[in-house]
Amino acid sequence: MLEKALVGNNKYWAWIFFLLGVISIGGLFYLYQFNYGLGATGMSRDVSWGIYIAQFTFMVGVAAGGVMLVLPYYIHDFKEFGKITILGEFMAIAAVAMCIMFITADLGQPMRIMNVLLHPTPNSMLFWDMIVLNGYLFLNAICGWVILNAHNKGVHYPQWVKPLIYLSIPWAFSIHTVTAFLYCGLPGRHFWLTAILAPRFLASAFAAGPALLVLISMILKRVADFDAGEKAFQKLGTIITYAALANFFFLGLEFFVAYYSRIPGHMHTLDYLFWGLEGHDNLVLPMRFSLTIGLIATTMLLFPQIKKKEGTFALACGMLFLSLWIDKGVGMVLGGFVPNPLDRVTEYIPTVIEIGISMAVWATGALILTILYKIAITVENKK
Amino acid sequence: MDVKRRKFLKIAGLSAVAGITAPTAFNSLLNGAAFASSTEHGAPPAAEGSHATGHGGHEEESNLFQYGMVIDIKKFAEHQGLAEKCVTACHSEHNVPDFGNPKDEIKWIWVDDYEHGFTGYSQNKSMTGLNDLPVLLTCNHCANPPCVRACPTKATFKNDHGVVVMDFHRCIGCRFCMAACPYGARSFNWRNPREKYANGNYKFYKNGINPNYPTRMRGVVEKCNFCPERLAVGKLPACVEATGNTKAMVFGNINDPKSEIAQVLSANFTIQRNPAAGTKPSVFYII
Repeated sequence: MLEKALVGNNKYWAWIFFLLGVISIGGLFYLYQFNYGLGATGMSRDVSWGIYIAQFTFMVGVAAGGVMLVLPYYIHDFKEFGKITILGEFMAIAAVAMCIMFITADLGQPMRIMNVLLHPTPNSMLFWDMIVLNGYLFLNAICGWVILNAHNKGVHYPQWVKPLIYLSIPWAFSIHTVTAFLYCGLPGRHFWLTAILAPRFLASAFAAGPALLVLISMILKRVADFDAGEKAFQKLGTIITYAALANFFFLGLEFFVAYYSRIPGHMHTLDYLFWGLEGHDNLVLPMRFSLTIGLIATTMLLFPQIKKKEGTFALACGMLFLSLWIDKGVGMVLGGFVPNPLDRVTEYIPTVIEIGISMAVWATGALILTILYKIAITVENKK
Repeated sequence: MDVKRRKFLKIAGLSAVAGITAPTAFNSLLNGAAFASSTEHGAPPAAEGSHATGHGGHEEESNLFQYGMVIDIKKFAEHQGLAEKCVTACHSEHNVPDFGNPKDEIKWIWVDDYEHGFTGYSQNKSMTGLNDLPVLLTCNHCANPPCVRACPTKATFKNDHGVVVMDFHRCIGCRFCMAACPYGARSFNWRNPREKYANGNYKFYKNGINPNYPTRMRGVVEKCNFCPERLAVGKLPACVEATGNTKAMVFGNINDPKSEIAQVLSANFTIQRNPAAGTKPSVFYII
């Protein structure tokens, strides 16, 4: 089926070459970082993880978000998702591939990555994260490809895929839960040390993933003659709304616990993120912006008229996605390091190198997604 | 009907088995993991059975070998410049590079103040001059170290003397241990510490290199390791040696009642950094 990705109009090829261009520039930046070391980034002794790990965490959520299509379609037999479930599965593949690239970009000694397999360490959550992420990639690749292949041949997919589809559902929850465990099991970081981190991750994932899918589907409608169907869009809208409500409810709980208990450790990071701490306020503007547009978008989604009109629905989804990206893809990880264990504030500003490499990872994800979607839509439109 | 019943019994049986075995499996996973890493490196599992007490202190009855240190801040205050001498002794012994900027900074032991060293020990009206005392901070060689738990490759582990050490050649540079450490004791080689000028001199080893200890490469984590290479030949850690006979630092096996450090600990009121984290630090302070 891969040959289907090699046929396309000029716009398709322009897009592919644009992505390849971004990837090449980022690749050069990575070469520099590989030779110089991670000092090429804005990270320091105090803020020892930066946008690589933050983006990784966010992309795990996007990957897990695919389950919001798989679950209704295969468990509840929600037929309207028939056309776009494959898009959800393929989005998960691209997102997990990005996760693996972000992790690799963040390693000080990337050539030693196989040490994780050579010296398996079950007490490290990173070991389990490796297992669940690779497992999820494998499950989605198998399920997506086999089902699409059967569809291409006009036959029903083989029965042996069924258990793998069912397995992929709890597995999607596991990837984001284990990713939350990376943070919430660390004794010295109060902001992360919260049992609600995994539920919060899942809620934001189930809003951000489907929101991105809605936006992509709307683009596909224009450029690829692929209509996911009004009912599918409306259902996704409902899923996004509930997940977004849960997300902001959980965030509210964090605020209550911190500011009612008045325990300094619980308040400090929230202070830093939303008000600034000891005169350091780099993240205040983005975090307030994130919260504001997130709440506006969620309110918009509560009105059926707004959800039914494509333009306003797209606007709400875009705002929500941006809001959650800032919240989790920037603030969550960076905020956890402020203040440091000695109660000092060190701020972090990503370098051009770091941003360039991150954009290349995004472009690689988009390239994988484009190729997979091109194949899926060619098969679908053939019918 | 029969089929249904059989199915029900099967499910009930399976869930019962799962329910009974899951907690055991979970426990054995946790203990097994500790055991696995300890057999590999020949160290006893960290403070087994000490969970009952729940506070930060070490178990009285623990007979595990655990090197520890008592740092007497008053003595450091009496001897001006002694704390800085300890830092220099350590950093030149272990070829700790000096990059001259806080972003790339690497430190194994350093001087800070009470307020930042002992966060959480707040005082409404503090003792006069408390915050002017030179507080030496370093790795606490916890009996229950979160960094060892977090490391995905066992590149950091407790050796059979209870010291949290690093294998610089196994570290993949993921910096999970740095996020896990509640004391900010770990540093990362953000760039190549071995870089040289055109004339062949090292850029970041200002006082040359100690040939008895390896330099590190970029991309790995490092920290205080209680000088196992010196202990092996009967010497004290470099910082302790630098204090001479001031008794500002006492080093030894804290679980051996006959050791000097055990006696100092039982004769003095000492505090540990952030005991609430449950890590059981092996570095104690007399303020």
